[in-house]
Amino acid sequence: MAAASLRRGFRWALRLRAAPRGPGSPPAHRQDRRLRAPARDLHSDPDTHQYDDTSQKSENLTDVVNVTFIDRSGRRIPVKGKVGDNILHLAHENGIELEGACEASLACSTCHVYVDEEHFDKLPEAVEREEDMLDMAPVLQLNSRLGCQVILTKELEGMELTLPKITRNFYVDGHVPKPH
Amino acid sequence: MSRLRGALLAAIYRKASGRQALPGETAAALHDYMVPCSGEGLYHESAVVDIYEKLPVPFGLVRFGVAPDHPEVKNVINAFTQTAHHDRCSFYGNVTVGKDLSIEELKQAYHALILTYGAEANRTLGIPGENLRGVYSARTFVGWYNGLPENKNLNPELSSETAIILGHGNVGLDVARILLSPIDLLRKTDIAAHALEAIAASKVKRVLLVGRRGPLQVAFTIKELREMINLPDARPLLHPSDFEGIGQIVKDLPRPRKRLTELMIKAALEKPSGNEAERRAAASKEWGLQFLRSPMEVIPGNDGKWVAGIRLSVNKLEGLGESAKFVQTEDVEDLECGLMLSSIGYKSYPIDPSVPFDHQQGIIPNNLGRVLHAPGLYCSGWVKRGPTGVIVTTMHDGFETAVSVLEDVRSGALDVSASKGGYEIMEALLKQRGIRPVSFSGWEKIDNVEVANGEKAGKPREKLLDVEEMVEVASQ
Repeated sequence: MAAASLRRGFRWALRLRAAPRGPGSPPAHRQDRRLRAPARDLHSDPDTHQYDDTSQKSENLTDVVNVTFIDRSGRRIPVKGKVGDNILHLAHENGIELEGACEASLACSTCHVYVDEEHFDKLPEAVEREEDMLDMAPVLQLNSRLGCQVILTKELEGMELTLPKITRNFYVDGHVPKPH
Repeated sequence: MSRLRGALLAAIYRKASGRQALPGETAAALHDYMVPCSGEGLYHESAVVDIYEKLPVPFGLVRFGVAPDHPEVKNVINAFTQTAHHDRCSFYGNVTVGKDLSIEELKQAYHALILTYGAEANRTLGIPGENLRGVYSARTFVGWYNGLPENKNLNPELSSETAIILGHGNVGLDVARILLSPIDLLRKTDIAAHALEAIAASKVKRVLLVGRRGPLQVAFTIKELREMINLPDARPLLHPSDFEGIGQIVKDLPRPRKRLTELMIKAALEKPSGNEAERRAAASKEWGLQFLRSPMEVIPGNDGKWVAGIRLSVNKLEGLGESAKFVQTEDVEDLECGLMLSSIGYKSYPIDPSVPFDHQQGIIPNNLGRVLHAPGLYCSGWVKRGPTGVIVTTMHDGFETAVSVLEDVRSGALDVSASKGGYEIMEALLKQRGIRPVSFSGWEKIDNVEVANGEKAGKPREKLLDVEEMVEVASQ
């Protein structure tokens, strides 16, 4: 089970950069050599979305949905997704540090993101199970969603997804988790 | 710059915990290693991290605390596994820091030590009768059903109809759910075989969760409560009178508390209709929440050895919200039970006299993971913040400590200029002392055996329960 289930799209990139990056450039991370997917440099290949060697080069362009991730330091990272992608998956494909501990099974809140207001309203309502897990997310806001539950449609073109800052005071309402 | 050699000490962990749990130390440790980019490129290009763990197997509470019927929570093991496979990360199981290796020896061999050993003990009630038979800590009970080697012989008494759980947290709900779940659901999980057998023969039909304060102070979370309400063949028993006046306050509460309280109110006040009403009427088991009761004494049966009931003081609340305090009144109430489980929180122990420890708070005093007055020592997870929080909090906490370490390397506060011996030195000591460490690939052999044994029984795995057996399998 353990080693065998390294799923494509849920890469936990270990970030070992050889040289410091300049500001504004997205990280090109070296992957654990056990992973089969090639390392990605988003700058060199902005228009194709290479998941693996057999990815569709003749991708239907009408399926493309452009979104922007805003990472914890405020850096904007434009990303090309396609209809049907979930945001957690897309983040991992693009080296965005959105954790997904339970691997999209609605059993954690580590993929918590803020969705920009305009697009938040276009998302289908969260199911009860997602709302339950969102309750556990630090710094919950009105526009909070779990990334693994946000699925791209053409309507979401231009959506911005902001990663919550990791702060010492986890709860905006001053709530302190009680002992188990 | 010479390699930063850090050791993460997954020395003593184990805490039976509830779901979502708290991947105790190994998880905090592995999260420490997965340092995220905070925009400044704090990664270290040549850090070496060694993880020392008392048990032959890694993952801490993810393996031993998360309930067997919550397998999705355990998916995080995949992320940890990937980290552990990294060239410069090594796992050494079956090594007890404080016994097999000392903190001092580790300090000599590494530039930094990160203590992530969690909270292995439980808070005790401190009341007469606490040591009667039939009274257990939830921690040991969870360890028992999760195959923790030290709890495999617990042999709990499940022959009475009523069980009382003290505490209103997720661990208590986990225990209640495992006690009352239809056996066919448990059969397909990785619950320890001896526990499955015992629960299949169990006579427990009724579980009461007793807490000192009121509905607005419960510590459990909505997912777990919902699971209890929806538990097949079980009906909830909540008293409407416990919720008087609460309806008015609810709308102004922060969202998580609001939704949780609304669900409780609904379960207490709403009369179910149709299928749900039928389901509840036909249920053979029941569970309930009792509020404003503190344990005063465990009452023995006629033989003086076994629990027969509990004497509770009736409380009232002073103050509001999370910080409301309970005050005992003159009134008492006795409840009958043949099984009692205390689930009132965990506790950490100091690992070594040389490591500062705050006995009052039960944590290692620290600032953002830097142990106070102890350069080169860091901490993460429950031993750093106290034994509370779920995966997301422990994860962020691990990241925070890792960032502190890397900042200190950059600033020179942590001096990594001198080269350190790391595991080479420890290896020699362990050999001298006859200790056989289990590597990560050794764990993978154990993993394969457990999965193979589980397949025969239609379970995801059948856990090995014996440390010697684990070490044997690992060394093949």
